[in-house]
Amino acid sequence: MSNLSEFIAMGGHGAYVWSAYGITAVVLILLFLPPLLGKRQLVQVEARRRRREEN
Amino acid sequence: MSWTFFHKLGSPKWFYDISSKLLPWLTAFSVLALVVGVVWGLVFAPQDYQQGNSFRIIYIHVPAAILAQSCYMLLAVAGIVGLVWRMKLADVALQCAAPIGAWMTFVALITGSIWGKPTWGTYWEWDARLTSMLILLFLYFGIIALRLAISNRDTAAKATAVMAIVGVVNIPIIKYSVDWWNTLHQPATFTVTEKPAMPVEMWLPLLVMVLAFYGLFALNLLLRMRLEVLRREHKARWVREILEKSA
Repeated sequence: MSNLSEFIAMGGHGAYVWSAYGITAVVLILLFLPPLLGKRQLVQVEARRRRREEN
Repeated sequence: MSWTFFHKLGSPKWFYDISSKLLPWLTAFSVLALVVGVVWGLVFAPQDYQQGNSFRIIYIHVPAAILAQSCYMLLAVAGIVGLVWRMKLADVALQCAAPIGAWMTFVALITGSIWGKPTWGTYWEWDARLTSMLILLFLYFGIIALRLAISNRDTAAKATAVMAIVGVVNIPIIKYSVDWWNTLHQPATFTVTEKPAMPVEMWLPLLVMVLAFYGLFALNLLLRMRLEVLRREHKARWVREILEKSA
Protein backbone atom coordinates (compact mmCIF):
# COMPACT_ATOMS: atom_id res chain seq x y z
CA MET A 1 0.00 0.00 0.00
CA SER A 2 2.94 2.37 0.47
CA ASN A 3 3.29 2.33 -3.28
CA LEU A 4 -0.20 3.75 -3.63
CA SER A 5 0.26 6.41 -0.97
CA GLU A 6 3.55 7.39 -2.58
CA PHE A 7 1.75 7.71 -5.87
CA ILE A 8 -0.96 9.89 -4.33
CA ALA A 9 1.60 12.06 -2.55
CA MET A 10 3.41 12.73 -5.87
CA GLY A 11 6.62 13.52 -3.98
CA GLY A 12 4.94 16.41 -2.13
CA HIS A 13 3.27 17.79 -5.24
CA GLY A 14 0.07 15.75 -4.80
CA ALA A 15 -2.14 18.74 -4.01
CA TYR A 16 -1.08 20.54 -7.20
CA VAL A 17 -1.27 17.54 -9.53
CA TRP A 18 -4.57 16.17 -8.23
CA SER A 19 -6.35 19.52 -8.07
CA ALA A 20 -5.31 20.25 -11.68
CA TYR A 21 -6.51 16.84 -12.89
CA GLY A 22 -9.67 17.05 -10.74
CA ILE A 23 -10.68 20.46 -12.11
CA THR A 24 -10.08 19.23 -15.66
CA ALA A 25 -12.26 16.14 -15.02
CA VAL A 26 -15.08 18.34 -13.69
CA VAL A 27 -14.84 20.66 -16.72
CA LEU A 28 -14.99 17.67 -19.11
CA ILE A 29 -18.15 16.43 -17.36
CA LEU A 30 -19.66 19.93 -17.52
CA LEU A 31 -18.87 20.07 -21.24
CA PHE A 32 -20.60 16.79 -22.04
CA LEU A 33 -23.69 17.15 -19.84
CA PRO A 34 -25.60 19.80 -21.87
CA PRO A 35 -25.42 18.07 -25.29
CA LEU A 36 -26.19 14.66 -23.75
CA LEU A 37 -29.16 15.84 -21.67
CA GLY A 38 -30.37 18.33 -24.25
CA LYS A 39 -31.84 15.88 -26.71
CA ARG A 40 -34.16 14.28 -24.15
CA GLN A 41 -35.34 17.74 -23.14
CA LEU A 42 -35.97 18.70 -26.77
CA VAL A 43 -37.91 15.48 -27.38
CA GLN A 44 -40.13 16.28 -24.37
CA VAL A 45 -40.72 19.88 -25.46
CA GLU A 46 -41.67 18.78 -28.98
CA ALA A 47 -43.94 15.99 -27.68
CA ARG A 48 -45.77 18.50 -25.47
CA ARG A 49 -46.21 20.85 -28.41
CA ARG A 50 -47.55 18.06 -30.61
CA ARG A 51 -50.11 17.13 -27.97
CA ARG A 52 -51.18 20.78 -27.66
CA GLU A 53 -51.58 21.05 -31.42
CA GLU A 54 -53.56 17.84 -31.64
CA ASN A 55 -56.07 18.96 -28.99
CA MET B 1 -13.79 20.70 -59.20
CA SER B 2 -17.24 19.69 -58.14
CA TRP B 3 -18.95 21.94 -55.65
CA THR B 4 -21.69 19.48 -54.69
CA PHE B 5 -19.64 18.32 -51.72
CA PHE B 6 -19.31 21.89 -50.49
CA HIS B 7 -23.02 22.57 -50.82
CA LYS B 8 -23.92 19.32 -49.10
CA LEU B 9 -21.87 20.52 -46.13
CA GLY B 10 -24.41 23.26 -45.70
CA SER B 11 -27.29 20.82 -45.47
CA PRO B 12 -28.30 20.17 -41.86
CA LYS B 13 -29.75 16.75 -42.67
CA TRP B 14 -26.61 15.61 -44.45
CA PHE B 15 -24.57 16.77 -41.45
CA TYR B 16 -26.84 14.94 -39.03
CA ASP B 17 -26.62 11.67 -40.97
CA ILE B 18 -22.88 11.71 -41.54
CA SER B 19 -22.10 12.71 -37.94
CA SER B 20 -24.16 9.75 -36.62
CA LYS B 21 -21.80 7.43 -38.42
CA LEU B 22 -18.76 9.26 -37.08
CA LEU B 23 -19.80 9.42 -33.42
CA PRO B 24 -19.04 5.82 -32.31
CA TRP B 25 -15.53 5.91 -33.82
CA LEU B 26 -14.78 9.30 -32.39
CA THR B 27 -16.01 8.23 -28.95
CA ALA B 28 -13.91 5.05 -28.98
CA PHE B 29 -10.80 6.89 -30.14
CA SER B 30 -11.14 9.75 -27.63
CA VAL B 31 -11.85 7.58 -24.60
CA LEU B 32 -9.02 5.19 -25.45
CA ALA B 33 -6.53 8.00 -26.03
CA LEU B 34 -7.62 9.76 -22.84
CA VAL B 35 -7.23 6.63 -20.66
CA VAL B 36 -3.88 5.72 -22.20
CA GLY B 37 -2.61 9.29 -22.00
CA VAL B 38 -3.67 9.89 -18.37
CA VAL B 39 -2.26 6.59 -17.07
CA TRP B 40 0.95 7.04 -19.06
CA GLY B 41 1.39 10.63 -17.95
CA LEU B 42 0.57 10.08 -14.29
CA VAL B 43 2.15 6.67 -13.68
CA PHE B 44 4.75 5.72 -16.27
CA ALA B 45 6.28 8.98 -17.46
CA PRO B 46 9.47 9.75 -15.48
CA GLN B 47 9.40 12.72 -13.13
CA ASP B 48 11.22 15.87 -14.08
CA TYR B 49 14.69 16.21 -12.56
CA GLN B 50 13.97 19.81 -11.54
CA GLN B 51 10.21 20.03 -11.15
CA GLY B 52 9.52 16.56 -9.73
CA ASN B 53 5.96 15.37 -10.16
CA SER B 54 4.35 18.79 -10.58
CA PHE B 55 5.50 18.56 -14.18
CA ARG B 56 2.75 15.96 -14.78
CA ILE B 57 0.32 18.87 -15.03
CA ILE B 58 1.80 19.39 -18.51
CA TYR B 59 -0.31 16.47 -19.76
CA ILE B 60 -3.49 18.49 -19.36
CA HIS B 61 -2.13 22.03 -19.49
CA VAL B 62 -0.54 21.87 -22.94
CA PRO B 63 -3.41 19.99 -24.67
CA ALA B 64 -5.95 22.42 -23.17
CA ALA B 65 -3.90 25.43 -24.30
CA ILE B 66 -3.48 24.02 -27.83
CA LEU B 67 -7.22 23.32 -28.05
CA ALA B 68 -8.09 26.78 -26.71
CA GLN B 69 -6.21 28.31 -29.65
CA SER B 70 -7.26 25.77 -32.30
CA CYS B 71 -10.86 26.28 -31.29
CA TYR B 72 -10.54 30.03 -31.71
CA MET B 73 -9.11 29.58 -35.19
CA LEU B 74 -12.06 27.32 -35.96
CA LEU B 75 -14.41 30.13 -34.87
CA ALA B 76 -12.65 32.56 -37.21
CA VAL B 77 -12.82 30.13 -40.15
CA ALA B 78 -16.49 29.41 -39.41
CA GLY B 79 -17.04 33.17 -39.26
CA ILE B 80 -15.51 33.69 -42.71
CA VAL B 81 -17.43 30.76 -44.21
CA GLY B 82 -20.66 32.02 -42.68
CA LEU B 83 -20.18 35.59 -43.91
CA VAL B 84 -18.96 34.74 -47.41
CA TRP B 85 -21.04 31.68 -48.35
CA ARG B 86 -23.97 32.15 -45.93
CA MET B 87 -23.59 28.56 -44.87
CA LYS B 88 -26.07 27.86 -42.07
CA LEU B 89 -23.94 25.17 -40.52
CA ALA B 90 -20.99 27.57 -40.11
CA ASP B 91 -22.96 29.63 -37.62
CA VAL B 92 -24.04 26.48 -35.78
CA ALA B 93 -20.37 25.50 -35.50
CA LEU B 94 -19.37 28.98 -34.33
CA GLN B 95 -22.03 29.08 -31.66
CA CYS B 96 -21.40 25.54 -30.42
CA ALA B 97 -17.59 25.77 -30.36
CA ALA B 98 -17.40 29.05 -28.42
CA PRO B 99 -18.27 27.63 -24.95
CA ILE B 100 -15.94 24.66 -25.49
CA GLY B 101 -13.10 27.04 -26.34
CA ALA B 102 -13.87 29.16 -23.29
CA TRP B 103 -13.70 26.11 -21.02
CA MET B 104 -10.45 24.94 -22.63
CA THR B 105 -8.92 28.38 -22.05
CA PHE B 106 -10.14 28.25 -18.46
CA VAL B 107 -8.51 24.82 -17.97
CA ALA B 108 -5.24 26.04 -19.54
CA LEU B 109 -5.19 29.10 -17.25
CA ILE B 110 -6.15 27.29 -14.03
CA THR B 111 -3.81 24.31 -14.52
CA GLY B 112 -1.03 26.71 -15.51
CA SER B 113 -1.70 28.71 -12.38
CA ILE B 114 -1.61 25.58 -10.18
CA TRP B 115 1.60 24.49 -11.90
CA GLY B 116 3.08 27.96 -11.45
CA LYS B 117 2.94 27.84 -7.66
CA PRO B 118 5.51 25.06 -7.06
CA THR B 119 7.54 25.96 -10.17
CA TRP B 120 7.69 29.78 -10.27
CA GLY B 121 6.56 30.42 -6.69
CA THR B 122 3.43 32.30 -7.80
CA TYR B 123 -0.04 31.48 -9.07
CA TRP B 124 -0.15 34.45 -11.43
CA GLU B 125 2.22 36.85 -13.14
CA TRP B 126 1.22 39.62 -15.61
CA ASP B 127 3.47 38.08 -18.16
CA ALA B 128 2.90 38.17 -21.95
CA ARG B 129 1.82 34.54 -22.39
CA LEU B 130 -0.51 34.52 -19.41
CA THR B 131 -2.03 37.90 -20.22
CA SER B 132 -2.66 37.05 -23.88
CA MET B 133 -4.36 33.80 -22.80
CA LEU B 134 -6.55 35.79 -20.40
CA ILE B 135 -7.47 38.05 -23.34
CA LEU B 136 -8.42 34.91 -25.29
CA LEU B 137 -10.80 33.95 -22.48
CA PHE B 138 -12.39 37.42 -22.64
CA LEU B 139 -12.73 37.13 -26.44
CA TYR B 140 -14.67 33.90 -25.95
CA PHE B 141 -16.84 35.59 -23.29
CA GLY B 142 -17.42 38.48 -25.70
CA ILE B 143 -18.58 36.17 -28.50
CA ILE B 144 -20.90 34.24 -26.17
CA ALA B 145 -22.32 37.45 -24.66
CA LEU B 146 -22.81 39.07 -28.08
CA ARG B 147 -24.85 36.06 -29.17
CA LEU B 148 -27.03 36.26 -26.07
CA ALA B 149 -27.53 40.01 -26.47
CA ILE B 150 -28.89 39.88 -30.04
CA SER B 151 -32.24 38.14 -30.44
CA ASN B 152 -32.31 38.07 -34.25
CA ARG B 153 -30.41 34.96 -35.31
CA ASP B 154 -29.02 36.33 -38.59
CA THR B 155 -27.82 39.55 -37.01
CA ALA B 156 -26.25 37.63 -34.15
CA ALA B 157 -24.53 35.30 -36.63
CA LYS B 158 -22.98 38.24 -38.51
CA ALA B 159 -21.92 40.10 -35.38
CA THR B 160 -20.27 37.07 -33.75
CA ALA B 161 -18.59 36.12 -37.05
CA VAL B 162 -17.02 39.59 -37.32
CA MET B 163 -15.91 39.50 -33.69
CA ALA B 164 -14.38 36.03 -34.12
CA ILE B 165 -12.45 37.14 -37.21
CA VAL B 166 -11.15 40.36 -35.63
CA GLY B 167 -10.09 38.57 -32.43
CA VAL B 168 -7.92 36.10 -34.32
CA VAL B 169 -5.14 38.72 -34.20
CA ASN B 170 -4.59 37.55 -30.62
CA ILE B 171 -3.57 34.03 -31.72
CA PRO B 172 -0.11 34.90 -33.16
CA ILE B 173 0.40 37.16 -30.13
CA ILE B 174 -0.14 34.15 -27.84
CA LYS B 175 2.11 31.96 -29.96
CA TYR B 176 5.04 34.37 -30.21
CA SER B 177 4.62 35.93 -26.76
CA VAL B 178 7.31 33.62 -25.39
CA ASP B 179 9.75 34.79 -28.08
CA TRP B 180 8.93 38.51 -28.28
CA TRP B 181 8.94 39.33 -24.58
CA ASN B 182 10.96 38.23 -21.59
CA THR B 183 8.71 35.74 -19.92
CA LEU B 184 8.57 33.21 -17.16
CA HIS B 185 6.79 30.83 -19.47
CA GLN B 186 8.80 28.13 -21.19
CA PRO B 187 8.76 27.97 -25.02
CA ALA B 188 6.61 25.55 -27.00
CA THR B 189 7.16 21.82 -26.48
CA PHE B 190 6.23 20.81 -30.01
CA THR B 191 7.57 22.70 -33.02
CA VAL B 192 7.65 21.72 -36.67
CA THR B 193 11.35 22.33 -37.13
CA GLU B 194 13.00 21.01 -33.98
CA LYS B 195 12.94 17.93 -31.83
CA PRO B 196 11.23 18.41 -28.43
CA ALA B 197 13.62 19.46 -25.68
CA MET B 198 12.30 16.71 -23.40
CA PRO B 199 12.99 12.98 -23.69
CA VAL B 200 10.66 10.75 -25.68
CA GLU B 201 9.24 9.06 -22.52
CA MET B 202 7.92 12.48 -21.56
CA TRP B 203 6.64 13.89 -24.85
CA LEU B 204 5.06 10.76 -26.29
CA PRO B 205 2.31 10.62 -23.61
CA LEU B 206 1.88 14.36 -24.17
CA LEU B 207 1.26 13.72 -27.86
CA VAL B 208 -1.33 11.07 -26.93
CA MET B 209 -3.05 13.58 -24.63
CA VAL B 210 -3.09 16.25 -27.34
CA LEU B 211 -4.79 13.75 -29.68
CA ALA B 212 -7.22 12.77 -26.90
CA PHE B 213 -8.16 16.43 -26.36
CA TYR B 214 -8.65 16.95 -30.11
CA GLY B 215 -10.87 13.86 -30.17
CA LEU B 216 -12.90 14.98 -27.16
CA PHE B 217 -13.24 18.45 -28.62
CA ALA B 218 -14.50 17.10 -31.96
CA LEU B 219 -16.88 14.75 -30.17
CA ASN B 220 -18.26 17.47 -27.92
CA LEU B 221 -18.61 19.87 -30.84
CA LEU B 222 -20.45 17.30 -32.97
CA LEU B 223 -22.85 16.45 -30.12
CA ARG B 224 -23.57 20.14 -29.51
CA MET B 225 -24.00 20.89 -33.22
CA ARG B 226 -26.37 17.94 -33.71
CA LEU B 227 -28.57 19.18 -30.89
CA GLU B 228 -28.48 22.74 -32.21
CA VAL B 229 -29.42 21.53 -35.71
CA LEU B 230 -32.42 19.68 -34.27
CA ARG B 231 -33.44 22.82 -32.37
CA ARG B 232 -33.13 25.11 -35.37
CA GLU B 233 -34.77 22.72 -37.85
CA HIS B 234 -37.50 21.45 -35.50
CA LYS B 235 -40.14 22.23 -38.13
CA ALA B 236 -38.51 20.11 -40.83
CA ARG B 237 -40.04 16.70 -41.42
CA TRP B 238 -36.86 14.68 -40.93
CA VAL B 239 -36.33 16.33 -37.52
CA ARG B 240 -39.93 15.62 -36.47
CA GLU B 241 -39.44 12.00 -37.40
CA ILE B 242 -36.28 11.75 -35.29
CA LEU B 243 -37.91 13.43 -32.31
CA GLU B 244 -41.06 11.32 -32.53
CA LYS B 245 -39.02 8.16 -32.71
CA SER B 246 -37.12 9.14 -29.54
CA ALA B 247 -40.24 10.16 -27.62
